Amino acid sequence: MTAKVNKKIIAWIGWALLFFGFLLCAIIVSFCIGSVVIPLDKIFQIIFNGRGTQEYSILFNDRLPRIILGFGIGSALSLAGALLQGIFRNPLVEPYTLGIAGCAALGVCFNIIFRLHHLVGIFTLPFSGFSGALLAVILIYVLSHKKGIIKIKNILLLGVMISFISSSLIMFLMSISKTENLHGIIFWTMGSLGETNRILVSLAPIAAFLGLIVAYIFSINLNALSLGEEEAFYLGISVERTKQVLFIVASLLTGLSVSIAGIIGFVGLVVPHFVRMIVGRDHRVLLICSFFGGAGFLLICDTVARTVISPLELPVGAITGIIGGTILIYVLSKKQVVL
Amino acid sequence: MSDCILEMRNFHGGYGNKQVLSDINFSMPKGEIIGIIGPNGCGKTTLLRAVTNIVKAGRGRVILDGNYLAKMSNREMAKMVAVVSQNPQIANINVQEFVLMGRIPYFSRMQFLESTRDVEIALHYMQLTDTLKLKSKSLTDMSGGERQLAAIARALTQEPKLLLLDEPISNLDITHQVGIMDLLKKLNKEYGVSVITVLHDLNMASEYCDRLLLLNNGRIHSAGTPFTVLTYSIIEEVYKTVVVVEKNPISHKPYVLLVCGRELKEKEWQNH
Repeated sequence: MTAKVNKKIIAWIGWALLFFGFLLCAIIVSFCIGSVVIPLDKIFQIIFNGRGTQEYSILFNDRLPRIILGFGIGSALSLAGALLQGIFRNPLVEPYTLGIAGCAALGVCFNIIFRLHHLVGIFTLPFSGFSGALLAVILIYVLSHKKGIIKIKNILLLGVMISFISSSLIMFLMSISKTENLHGIIFWTMGSLGETNRILVSLAPIAAFLGLIVAYIFSINLNALSLGEEEAFYLGISVERTKQVLFIVASLLTGLSVSIAGIIGFVGLVVPHFVRMIVGRDHRVLLICSFFGGAGFLLICDTVARTVISPLELPVGAITGIIGGTILIYVLSKKQVVL
Repeated sequence: MSDCILEMRNFHGGYGNKQVLSDINFSMPKGEIIGIIGPNGCGKTTLLRAVTNIVKAGRGRVILDGNYLAKMSNREMAKMVAVVSQNPQIANINVQEFVLMGRIPYFSRMQFLESTRDVEIALHYMQLTDTLKLKSKSLTDMSGGERQLAAIARALTQEPKLLLLDEPISNLDITHQVGIMDLLKKLNKEYGVSVITVLHDLNMASEYCDRLLLLNNGRIHSAGTPFTVLTYSIIEEVYKTVVVVEKNPISHKPYVLLVCGRELKEKEWQNH
């Protein structure tokens, strides 16, 4: 019997290490590859005694902040997706399909237009993103609770509508804003890991880690929720409290990601989906693997975005959309996916 | 500690403003099997939900083993009462993981893994319900009967004093119907689990239950042994259907027979 439990844990640790390894590979790849290719064996040489050279500057001023940011944003988005999919018991929900990201974007737009990040401080950016995300989540939560039972189709429709309304409002804001703000908004809606502000860059991975810790405390509750809300209640789970806390965590992660890196879609949809296919549905392992997997996936996408038409740069949101969407369509058409 | 596992005193309640149950009064001694019967929409499922605090009491009290339900936490309740629902969502997980979830109420705050004892308990009840051989099969690939057995195994893994089942044998063939009801009887006799089950089949209710509660329009119409509840006058009054009540030749329990409407008319005509 003991062997049985241990075997499960060993398998879980194995999966977690596998995804961690994937993340490490992604980090190394994004360190080496770019407009200038720096081979791996040269990197150590540069790190230890290359101070002042051009390569040193590329590695530490260009690529390192991007990697830290990519790690934070990718893991945050993927974790938010995994949490939302667990709450709604549907693999198609994620911050973008639910309109949470759209609303967060709207919040950030307001911030840029009214120049709050200049007047009050840079920290208002993630705060306004979070406020927007929270607004969407509250809207979804309240509307879905009117009838007591969540109808998943309605939620998805609701999310699409929230996205539509937010993007229309963003366009409206753009049309009435001054040119200098306009540039900021456009640059930012394309989604990029080019943010250089040290505070924002280091905030992303810290927030993602905290999110993972809080989410992990609720991993058993999420497992119980996979049987349905009433069944989870019969297992002694406080269903409403679990949902409230996790909704807030998901909005925080989404709001933060959107406010720093702009609109990067599909990470929260594709990564947890694939991780679930590989490691199974138990949230105790799924959350950790999604966290590492999402970080690795976004770093790879960013490397592609940086190199495809180098020295120019593609918006990473476009790359995640193309890669993620194509893979998902392929998988959905090949295999009957049980919702 | 009290002699009654469940008492409902003057219970009124329902969903939102819609009152479904009114004036429910009954007490259930430990170690009984009680069957809840009644026409569709009379409040049978709501009554089960009242016992688990999903439907809150508008007025009146529910007392579980001497404790007021309203004052119990979810977790305390889950250690005392387990539920086998009527149409649960079918998750894509294997039977062993599913049954192990029955240990969740016993997890301590920062516990993330089942103990070996948890696994032993789960395996024991899987053996008892004959689902051990299915342990790595996914719930989505199982028949209705197998799934029902797995759901009972999970409920038992909660080690409840009171087991609630909502129409556990609807949509099953007679092999599984008798199998599940025999299992409930065995649990009741050998493990001392008190059982409340909603049943549509009056004959199964008569055969297996110590006492029956007949609900009609959210009230208890009659309660007592199958002999006192299943009389043709009561059934005809509540179900508005003509029946003949006979005795089962082996168990001597009441047996309800239905008659085709056309036959009845012809008979009436002949009598005239």
